[in-house]
Amino acid sequence: MNRIEKTQVALAALFPEGENEPETVTPVEGDEAEEAVQTGQRQPGVQPTPYEKHGSHLDVLCENEQVVDIAGVLDKEGFFLETISGVDWLKQEQLEVVYDYTRYDHELCRVTVRTFISRTDPELPTISSVIPGANWHERETFDFYGVNFSGHPDLTRILLPEDADFHPLLKDYMP
Amino acid sequence: MTLPVELRHDETFVLNLGPQHPATHGVLRVKLTMDGEYIVKAEPVLGYVHRMHEKLAEAGNFAQFMPNTARMDYLHALAFNQGYALVVEKAAGIEVPERAEYIRVITVELNRIASHLLWWAAFLLDLGGFTPLLYAFDDREQILDLLERITGSRLTYCYMRFGGVYNDIDDEFITGTRDFIKRLRSRMPSLYHDLVTHNIILIKRIKDIGFITAEQCRKYGATGPVARGSGIDYDVRKNEPFSIYPELDFDIPVYNECDSMARYMVRMDEIEQSLRIIEQALDKLPDGPVQAKVPKLLKPEEGYYYSAVETARGSLGHRLICDGGKTPYRLKLRSPTFSNLSLFGEVAEGMLLADALAFMGSLDLVIPEIDR
Repeated sequence: MNRIEKTQVALAALFPEGENEPETVTPVEGDEAEEAVQTGQRQPGVQPTPYEKHGSHLDVLCENEQVVDIAGVLDKEGFFLETISGVDWLKQEQLEVVYDYTRYDHELCRVTVRTFISRTDPELPTISSVIPGANWHERETFDFYGVNFSGHPDLTRILLPEDADFHPLLKDYMP
Repeated sequence: MTLPVELRHDETFVLNLGPQHPATHGVLRVKLTMDGEYIVKAEPVLGYVHRMHEKLAEAGNFAQFMPNTARMDYLHALAFNQGYALVVEKAAGIEVPERAEYIRVITVELNRIASHLLWWAAFLLDLGGFTPLLYAFDDREQILDLLERITGSRLTYCYMRFGGVYNDIDDEFITGTRDFIKRLRSRMPSLYHDLVTHNIILIKRIKDIGFITAEQCRKYGATGPVARGSGIDYDVRKNEPFSIYPELDFDIPVYNECDSMARYMVRMDEIEQSLRIIEQALDKLPDGPVQAKVPKLLKPEEGYYYSAVETARGSLGHRLICDGGKTPYRLKLRSPTFSNLSLFGEVAEGMLLADALAFMGSLDLVIPEIDR
């Protein structure tokens, strides 16, 4: 079993079968997988993505509370957090938070973890208790999008002035 | 006359380092809680050169963001050019001609040497040695002259294009680069290693100081020479090969000592490896076009894209999200020193202030890249 399959199995354990689609364990290649990634309208679960096209091996769409468990599994598997990016889907009235993970390894495996949250009351549990490096990345996402990471030890502005009262990367932000 | 402040033995005080302090190289501020000369708590305060490049990316088309990339890491700007070009090429499915890939690698590696030379100079200046700066700037100047002829600028390059580079290299550049390789190789042992690396003053200042474990690197996502100084064999050029790096023969220096000296040695060895890469790329340089035919206005397919390159400071990632339009819907930059600096607070605890500054220098911080 190679590294990608191993990670996929470890992550799939967090998504019990029955509730979600069962075909996640078998690698889906080509158009089907691509379509699903692009629309983002699929059920929560783990899905392989064509690395050549998207630069990521596994795409994990999860419920909000699951980000901590996923961080725990990936941390145990020896992954490190590359970055956390917010995305504002103004038309869908949703925010998305994207976590990128990879390993210090010659057997490459990149994992993208995505979750959607409400735009009016954006809240997510912090993963900084599992991965201390997430601390600053979460502060940055709070800074730019106003995402409230509950349980964060010091959720303050990081790049913007400490008295700023705006979140500039929201698509409807006007200076 | 004012009397000196007397501290109780269990009392701490706050020391504000920066944002205008020469040792922080730019405008980084560190709030230090001190117990005498020892650091109890160190808290970096960021954002003094924040320019919101990520919002600017969403304001123009794909090509219009290229000049911005060089304004982040102004010491290794060509790697930022390359990283952005790679992610857009991946999204739009653009093939790059082989000659352009070679030229990209040659210029990026030259720029990497220039970046390491400047780090070396500034690091030693932090430690109180002025002379090395003059030697390093002399060599760095040769690189800047070479790159200026080809790219048109000396620091903030906008040289890469989607599908190639904007200007071909000529014979004068090739001979100039070969001369420079010879020159730096002859100067490295005497001027760099004999004078500085083996210098007892330097060794006393940085050996066994600033200990970062491999586990700390992983927990904080440290990459580049910081990780490689802690025994982690991770370099995007080898671990996630891109461009023509798989065709070239070079080594990734890794040191297991985890201290500032290890990080120093990684960078010094990397200069030599970069010279090897440039030499081979010049030998193998194929003929052909340097620019693919690419539509003026790109509209990549809807989707999520990630691509990484190795800059002088570590892994630079671009997370690009496209909605099918002519502007990036979201472009997030994973800048290496942002993660590298985040472990500073934990490691600096309990250190002497003077050691912490030497340790900070060994992280090779470029503030505009952290603040973006």
